[in-house]
Amino acid sequence: MNALRYLAKRAVSTVPMLLLVGLITFLLIHITPGDPASVVAGENASDAAIEDARRRLGLDKPFLVQFWTWLVAVLHGELGTSFTSGKPVTDLILDRMPTTLSLTAGATLIGLLIAVPLGVFAATQRGSWLDRITIFGTSLGIAAPEFFIGLLLVLVVALQLGWLPATGYIPFSEDPMEWALRLVLPSITLGLGVAAELARQVRGAMIDVLSRDYIQTARAKGLSTASIIIKHGLKNAAIPVVTVLGLQIRRLLGGTVIVEQIFAMNGVGSLAVRAVFLRDLPVLLGVALTTAVIVLLINLIVDMSYGYFDPKVRAG
Amino acid sequence: MSATTVNAPAVALPPTSTFLQRFCRNRTAMVAAIILLAIILIAIFAPYIAPHDPARSSLRAILKPPSGTYWFGSDDLGRDVASRLIFASRLSLVASLQAVAIALVIGMPLGLIAGYVGGWVDTIISRCNDALMSFPALILAVVIVGLMGPSLTNAMTAIGLVYAPRIMRVVRGSTLSVREEVYVRAARATGCSDARIIIRHVLPNVTGPLVVQATVLMGQALLAEAGLSFLGLGTQPPEASWGAMLGTAFPYMAQSPVPTIAAGVVISVTVLCFNLIGDGIRDSVGRMRRSGD
Repeated sequence: MNALRYLAKRAVSTVPMLLLVGLITFLLIHITPGDPASVVAGENASDAAIEDARRRLGLDKPFLVQFWTWLVAVLHGELGTSFTSGKPVTDLILDRMPTTLSLTAGATLIGLLIAVPLGVFAATQRGSWLDRITIFGTSLGIAAPEFFIGLLLVLVVALQLGWLPATGYIPFSEDPMEWALRLVLPSITLGLGVAAELARQVRGAMIDVLSRDYIQTARAKGLSTASIIIKHGLKNAAIPVVTVLGLQIRRLLGGTVIVEQIFAMNGVGSLAVRAVFLRDLPVLLGVALTTAVIVLLINLIVDMSYGYFDPKVRAG
Repeated sequence: MSATTVNAPAVALPPTSTFLQRFCRNRTAMVAAIILLAIILIAIFAPYIAPHDPARSSLRAILKPPSGTYWFGSDDLGRDVASRLIFASRLSLVASLQAVAIALVIGMPLGLIAGYVGGWVDTIISRCNDALMSFPALILAVVIVGLMGPSLTNAMTAIGLVYAPRIMRVVRGSTLSVREEVYVRAARATGCSDARIIIRHVLPNVTGPLVVQATVLMGQALLAEAGLSFLGLGTQPPEASWGAMLGTAFPYMAQSPVPTIAAGVVISVTVLCFNLIGDGIRDSVGRMRRSGD
């Protein structure tokens, strides 16, 4: 019962955040220099077209009415119409979402695959050369720009060695094998930074957990090191790690903008970049809103998972 | 703005000598500080150091490999990559400073007010802050640049806006912990105005965490500038920042990899220096010793 109440409370608390994110997105229109209506109407628009845009956007109405109209439309899944392609923004974003989400998921997987073993080893061999290399390597991984790592990977793995295709994205439904192969390099590019951040977190959390009394008890009972680390260590170290992973989702989604560009993938990020050059406002605002909502929802899931990892959260 | 906060620590940090001593004993941070100082000096004295005119192109020197004349080779227009990197350091560093200054100007007062006043004011500012932080930084920056039009100033304004919530969060947290200290209550009891208490008693005591955050953000802003310029949304040609150079060198990477690698390494090293110095300051300021490692 407590667990359900906790989940419900957490879910309800997301609603005002979603509203605020909507409000910020809506306010973004107003930072556009000059008259938003004339920007929306496009370059060289006639006065009548600008007036029409103003009416369509509802810019002639009071602010709260404008926001309410916009909000109702958004809740119906209408993010406006792209004025370069004339297509609904929602469709444009949904078309490209699988690419971006595949890339984000791939990068998360790479991040976990590198960070968990590395962090655990570094924590158990504290002060060893492996630990020091981990600390140094993660500092470097955090400092290096994603796109630089990506460029090096393209250069060495794709162009010099020819092991993997350099660019492009093939949908899973078309060819699952190609889909996976083409995701390898972009996922590593995007995932290394996250791996670095996570590895530090895993190391810190494991060092903390391994110093606890119950680990001593488990050792005294004669449990093997492996089972202590897996059964007691990892599960207890999971909360800080999952929290950081939740925060990293934001960084991953941001990073897709650049990684998609390098690997010529048609995702949401490259949609946004193209929209900048075409001054396609509805597309830009749609991308901002969608990515922020995804971040909020993923953090909701992360918070809810605490209940699984830590029974105290459920009880409290 | 950033200059005043950097100058303030006379009161904020433990007596300067001990802070400096502790910082100097941190070998990693010292090495990072020396490298960063060298980079700053190179930026300042760029015209005397650069072997060539960064803007002069030569049709006979297109995409040349590194040599005695062209240390890091030449680019697609036959310009010297080393000289361009040296001059680009000016733009990259100043741009980051600009972004961090904007983040400080917006984030610091909001953080002080939210932390000091508390109550519903804090709730409103903090919730808006959380909502703003839900947007992926780079996407929000791209969108803001899209709305304002691509240029370096707009890009750095966007990055400043995007990073302001992080400054706000740090300042608010420190203010909250300082607010109930005896000396603040004593100041209140003697009849000091809130403005005076915030400026004279609270602000000096939040500068430690603030300087740490600002240092790390310098690195982050540098990365963001590089990213936006790489996408063509920041620095516009013929001007060059490190990120823009990486962007222009990228299409020719197969023929001439050195310019790409050189620009990438310079960015990574500079960001690493900012991060390590940030860590060093955090460990040297007595109150906020890191626990755990």
